[in-house]
Amino acid sequence: MSAFAGLLRKEGLHILRDRRTLLVVIFMPILQVVLFGYAIRTDITDIRVAIVDPSPDASTLELRNRFSATNAFKLVRVLPNPTLLDHLFASGAIQEAVVLDGDFANRLARGLPVRILIIADASEPNSGSAMESYALGVIQGFERDVATRGGTVRIAAEARMRFNPTRASSNLFVPGLIAFVLTVVSALMTAISLTREKETGTMEILLVSPLKPFQIIVGKVLAYLVIGFLSVLFVVAEARLIFNVPLRGSLLLLLGEGLLYILTSLSLGILISSRTSSQRVAMIGALAGTMLPTILLSGFIFPLESMPWPLRVIANAIPAKWFVIIARGVMLKGVGLEYLWPQTLILLGMTVVLVAAATRSFRIRLA
Amino acid sequence: MPTLASTNAVEIDGLGKRFGATVALENVSLAIPPGELFGFIGPDGAGKTTLFRILVTLILPDQGRATVLGRDVTTDVWDLRRRVGYMPGRFSLYPDLSVEENLRFFASVFGASVEEHYDLIAPIYEQLAPFKDRPAGALSGGMKQKLALCCALVHRPEILFLDEPTTGVDAVSRREFWELLDRLKASGLTIVVSTPYMDEANRCGRVALIQRGRILAIDTPTRIAESFGRPLFAVRAGKRYPLLLAVREYANAGTVFPFGDALHYTDRRDGLMPDAIASGLRDYLRGRGFADVEVKLTAPTIEDSFMARMGEPERAA
Repeated sequence: MSAFAGLLRKEGLHILRDRRTLLVVIFMPILQVVLFGYAIRTDITDIRVAIVDPSPDASTLELRNRFSATNAFKLVRVLPNPTLLDHLFASGAIQEAVVLDGDFANRLARGLPVRILIIADASEPNSGSAMESYALGVIQGFERDVATRGGTVRIAAEARMRFNPTRASSNLFVPGLIAFVLTVVSALMTAISLTREKETGTMEILLVSPLKPFQIIVGKVLAYLVIGFLSVLFVVAEARLIFNVPLRGSLLLLLGEGLLYILTSLSLGILISSRTSSQRVAMIGALAGTMLPTILLSGFIFPLESMPWPLRVIANAIPAKWFVIIARGVMLKGVGLEYLWPQTLILLGMTVVLVAAATRSFRIRLA
Repeated sequence: MPTLASTNAVEIDGLGKRFGATVALENVSLAIPPGELFGFIGPDGAGKTTLFRILVTLILPDQGRATVLGRDVTTDVWDLRRRVGYMPGRFSLYPDLSVEENLRFFASVFGASVEEHYDLIAPIYEQLAPFKDRPAGALSGGMKQKLALCCALVHRPEILFLDEPTTGVDAVSRREFWELLDRLKASGLTIVVSTPYMDEANRCGRVALIQRGRILAIDTPTRIAESFGRPLFAVRAGKRYPLLLAVREYANAGTVFPFGDALHYTDRRDGLMPDAIASGLRDYLRGRGFADVEVKLTAPTIEDSFMARMGEPERAA
């Protein structure tokens, strides 16, 4: 058996022997996706809405029913005029109001432009604009239906959300979440693998052997790649089955890119491992080095576009940023390598640089 | 290799190493010819492990140079690493892997197979064979050391470095371990071993006494013991600890050390006949109430020699 094959076999045995860690490593990502997936959803449900409908008839009733039919809204009041609105907003009884003109049905029937006023409680600006666009979504649906029935409709407001027309936040978050959990678990696995050998003293005999640093490092990374890939499979399945995130592009491409991203993260872990001497330090390093940057600078929760330029520059060095673009591209936009090759190349380049840096900082002697 | 017959297996010249303010090794020089079983004897912290690590290319010396198998330990690192066998002082095998898996791994690392060099490890491995599926971490201390020895031998090294292989191992296993080393030596392998146990020194061809990073003496165990140079007495009585205190209070006492079930005593006066010293001490102790005291002239051991030499630099200071 060649030295390298022997090393791989040994790493494999370590992984299989440590059943408890193996279970944690495989199930942690699955659990994390569920927990984070529900915790960071920004979907708003049961928005308390009042509709001002001065002259009810069939078409306004239809619009009203559309609001009460979605679980985003809870129609609490239907008012004949807007005078009560101030009071209802102030008391918090309603969060949003939709005000129709008195001649709504009339103008609609005659194909004249119709005006609808949407008032949202914007004391919390993010949910304010979210509620506004939810309402717009409902109205646009109504508009489309009337149009297909042959009527001419002109409702001025328009805000189109491409790729995520329902604005389901899980579509936005789950690809990022996949990047997040895969990075943390992968980096953690390799970060402790080298330091464990240093702590148990086995590094001492591993060093006094003809194994070259590059072999030791690549051996460790490849052994954990298998487990990392299992996580990719589970997490992608979870995204489809639990969060109903669409997969519009190629599954094979997504898995391949996942594998590449795992490789990048494992390499980051091994770099941390080769520069530290205790498992504890390596663990903290891996968590700090992956969690915060991935949450803050990958564009996974906070849009990079709204950050000042120094942060945007730093974000380019975060592997997760590129994987988030890839995962959203494949899952939501259904695009393939013809669009995603730059990000793929960047991840490949990062992996090469990380492995090279780990090999360089691997000490061939004891302290 | 014919060229090695003419050179020493290990040559150390003026080696020094310090860790911060601590001097681990100071001006160490010695040579070990091929085929010798050479022992470094000294207490914990004497610098044995540092010296071994330098010789197996694990750390760099600050001063001096060392060659192993004619190769410089600082520059010919990769060449040396495939030729030396090393067993660190701390148990350093994979506790989660079985006996057999550990052995196969270390063979594969050197591109060898267990079967290829089985003749060399056979006498040791046969003792381990009944436990070959047991995780290495679950072996007894003696078995662990035998497995570690197997792993250090499995690629047929040209020289073997064993750092305190018998520390923490029971007496029977220690004896078995040394018997294994004797057989390996008989096959012509150069073996360098360190131990804190003085009684193991006699198993070595030559020993170096090492203390606080300095070599105190290098010679055969017999000659080191003989170099003691003063009459030595074994003192025995029923109550050992009061006896030790009493002897230390004796005005003529030179050195007094507990040794086994006795005290080893030397007198500070030069030129006295041993009988005179013995009877003087016996009378003193009887006067102190040790009626059953027994004082006998005894042959110095290597430990006595070591203890005497250990005291010397302090006396000079």
